Amino acid sequence: MSVVGQTLRDQRAELNVFRARLTVAGLAALVAFGLLVARFVWLQVVQREHYHTLAEANRISVVPVVPNRGLILDRNGEVLAANYSAYTLEVTPGKVGNVERAIDELSQVIEVTPRDRRRFKRLQEESKNFESLPIRTRLTEEEVARFAVNRYRFPGFEIKARLFRSYPHGDIASHAVGYIGRINEADVRRIEAAGLATNYKGTDHIGKLGIEGAYEKELHGITGSEQVEIDAGGRAIRALSRSEPQSGNNLLVTLDIKLQRVAEEAFQDYRGALVALDPKTGDVLALVSRPGYDPNLFVDGIDPANWDALNNSPDKPLNNRALRGQYPPGSTIKPFMALAALTYGKRTPEYTISDPGQWMLPGVARPFRDWKKGGHGMVNLHRSIVVSCDTYYYGLANDLGVDAIHRFMTQFGFGSKTGVDIDGELPGLQPSSDWKWQRFKQKWYAGDTISVGIGQGYWLATPMQLATAVATLANGGTPVHPRLVRAVQDARTQKVRELPTRNGEPLALKPEHVELVRAAMIDVTRPGGTAVRAAQGAPYLVAGKTGTAQVVAMKAGEKYDEKRVHERLRDHALFIAYAPADDPKIALALLVENGGHGSSTAVPIAREVFDYYLLRKRPERKQALGDDEAESD
Amino acid sequence: MISRLFDIISRRIDGPLMVCLVLTLALGLTVVYSASGGASVDRVLGQSRNIAVAAAALWIVANIPPQALMRLAIPVYSAGLALLVGVALFGEVRNGARRWLNLGFTTIQPSEVMKIAVPLLLAWYFHRHQEGIQLRDYAVAAILLALPVGLVARQPDLGTALLIFASGFFVIFLAGLSWKILAGLFVTGMVSLPFLWGMLHDYQRKRVLTLFDPTEDPLGAGYHIIQATIAIGSGGVLGKGWLNGTQAQLDFVPERSTDFILAVYGEEFGLAGNLLLVVLYVLIVGRGLMIAANASTTFARLTAGAVTLTFFTYAFVNMGMVSGILPVVGVPLPMVSYGGTALLSMLVGFGILMSISTHKQLVSS
Repeated sequence: MSVVGQTLRDQRAELNVFRARLTVAGLAALVAFGLLVARFVWLQVVQREHYHTLAEANRISVVPVVPNRGLILDRNGEVLAANYSAYTLEVTPGKVGNVERAIDELSQVIEVTPRDRRRFKRLQEESKNFESLPIRTRLTEEEVARFAVNRYRFPGFEIKARLFRSYPHGDIASHAVGYIGRINEADVRRIEAAGLATNYKGTDHIGKLGIEGAYEKELHGITGSEQVEIDAGGRAIRALSRSEPQSGNNLLVTLDIKLQRVAEEAFQDYRGALVALDPKTGDVLALVSRPGYDPNLFVDGIDPANWDALNNSPDKPLNNRALRGQYPPGSTIKPFMALAALTYGKRTPEYTISDPGQWMLPGVARPFRDWKKGGHGMVNLHRSIVVSCDTYYYGLANDLGVDAIHRFMTQFGFGSKTGVDIDGELPGLQPSSDWKWQRFKQKWYAGDTISVGIGQGYWLATPMQLATAVATLANGGTPVHPRLVRAVQDARTQKVRELPTRNGEPLALKPEHVELVRAAMIDVTRPGGTAVRAAQGAPYLVAGKTGTAQVVAMKAGEKYDEKRVHERLRDHALFIAYAPADDPKIALALLVENGGHGSSTAVPIAREVFDYYLLRKRPERKQALGDDEAESD
Repeated sequence: MISRLFDIISRRIDGPLMVCLVLTLALGLTVVYSASGGASVDRVLGQSRNIAVAAAALWIVANIPPQALMRLAIPVYSAGLALLVGVALFGEVRNGARRWLNLGFTTIQPSEVMKIAVPLLLAWYFHRHQEGIQLRDYAVAAILLALPVGLVARQPDLGTALLIFASGFFVIFLAGLSWKILAGLFVTGMVSLPFLWGMLHDYQRKRVLTLFDPTEDPLGAGYHIIQATIAIGSGGVLGKGWLNGTQAQLDFVPERSTDFILAVYGEEFGLAGNLLLVVLYVLIVGRGLMIAANASTTFARLTAGAVTLTFFTYAFVNMGMVSGILPVVGVPLPMVSYGGTALLSMLVGFGILMSISTHKQLVSS
């Protein structure tokens, strides 16, 4: 009995313990579930907005929609920079383990040339790992199809349909049009500094040089955006909304590409530069820097071989000589010197010297020689321009003094940038006594002035400067500001917004003085002048002035013999001119590097340009430049 | 005739429990459909098959009287242990863990068996020694528990080891191990944490660390938790609607039809859905505890209590980890997650509960 009772009591006690434990466990479970409910309330009620935002950010991706870049059209509507759509194959190196191996494999599916590889390598070095870089451009439909079939083998590779820039005229006008290239780190910094980072989302290319660079703002357009629902893998599932991009504006430029081509081809194999302006407006009709380069090479990133070839060539094809070439202007400045003499009353038109072929500066033993041995005989102001008499200008320069020359010439734009609407221009150098003191801490010597008088010495000018100066002369004394873009065409409305011309105030010149100089420049192109070939047989009048810029200074008594001097050490030939002289429609300045004296190489080029521009007459190639007989300046 | 068939089928079925189970399973199928993208019924059909198999097992087990179940305790436990040793020696490695045993005709995961075998065996042991349970008995029980837990933890399968441990611990707890010793064990456990930490695998440590700061590694280990939390939180009170969860349908939620299915559910059905699920779980646990409280033998009481509390542990650990208050261990959401193995052991457990609930009159008479 007691044993049974004991057992019963034990069982009862055990049951009580069990039920107590069960109650504890049940309560604990309730508390735990309560904790979960509290957590759910926290997440789904209190923090709901926060998580809603995060979820939306997860699924909605704002994809930039890149605008079409504006076109560049010449003055006749000819396209200089166009867009075309093509497929590229792009790789994001960060998503590919071994890029080299992946490209090897890829080359079994579609052609990858060594050039493609080199270009890709170069791009890779310049960009970040997560950027999508083109490995092949301009894929054919067949290549696209072949890749699509093998796509699974190439994670991180993607076919993209993109707009490409093309420059249908290749190296013609390359220095004016410039090119676009992939955005590099320096560009990114500039974009961010300008606060344009948002507008450049999705944009890979940016104008680097020339019109493409200077008018980037007009050409780029406004980036649109598309809200896309994406999955966790980043694949777009569907479009939610879209704001259309606004295409970049078209640029209507002042160039005449046909004239440009004539001018460039006229240079044949010579290096040099030419700037042709409309003397009334400053519109740049042609801007030549030879040799040029093919801007198409830069669009997708240039490959190292081509880059080295362009960059290391002794011909410096990347250098824009028209804006950045600073040369002694030589005798081309004689008309301006003559005008200075008349304006400042230092010479009358009748004043005549007898030129012995050299000029002595009092106190200096060495004579300043005329380019023509024995001199030009009796020379007045008119004749000094027609025969390009140095001796006349030695004396004149001495009488004017360097600071008066400086004062007068800066009015014509010498010594400062012309303000042409593309970047990179250099200011040349119009020397003055102040300048010499600041630059060299030396006083100006009278002897320094003498060589300045014939456009040598310290004087440096760019072809662009010479062109604006001659245009100013051509229009009777109103300084022009050269420009390459004359109007902007709105991409949407097609409305054309003309950009204002920015001519300066007419200079304080006496019309009769200007007329004297212009008359002399017309006689330069007539028999007895130094540039007869400029107007020989032409139905229009040409006014011009030749010039020569020394590359190496001759030692005293040494005779410069063109035929014997190394080609690269030959003088540069210059020519400034405008036509028709009685109603100027085109003014130009040109320079042929190592072209020898001005008349034989430079003048025929000007003639071809005039003939084409005024008569639409294409030149017939008859002889090589420089095959001229007469020695002249 | 039909009523007789119905009687055979339903005689050993606990009505209230069964209703809750059916509701939960139906809810589970709904979510599985959504979690599989809502485009195909393959997963739903697969899960239905899993449910059919597990329900049959439940019915069979429910028809076995508790005394018979008690006799099965040793053989099942021994077989389970042998299989675990087999896994350790010859097991297949998948995803860096040796959990599977290839029997030639099928591969099995023996650790699942232990979720049932351990509470059965320990309940049997305490039942045998019910006249006066000594401290020594707890020690023996602890060893019987430690063997399978250790083997499973070594695989490594922290989630299952944890659940096996819980199932055994609940038996020991319900058997009446004194609070003092429990407190002592708790302190010892705390002290030995650093050593346990040293024994954890790198990925396990990462999971624990990630819990404390998921943003530390948002694309790696923290990704699961962050995305699941975003899914649940963005669901709001009423949810985004069935098949409309953006986090779920656009693949942001990882393992969305298995361990993280609560994220899909919480996103699409909101707080309301979560509360419904919690209520169902509370009802199931409550009913289980009632069955345990009313069971007539020590074995039945301990088994029923442990099985119920193990089920609770499942639910709590999964919901806790998906909602970001517990570390991520591989534990499915009971009766909702896609998958057959855990479902089978769970419904077998409920079969035992029903057997205990429906056989007690016979025992007491």
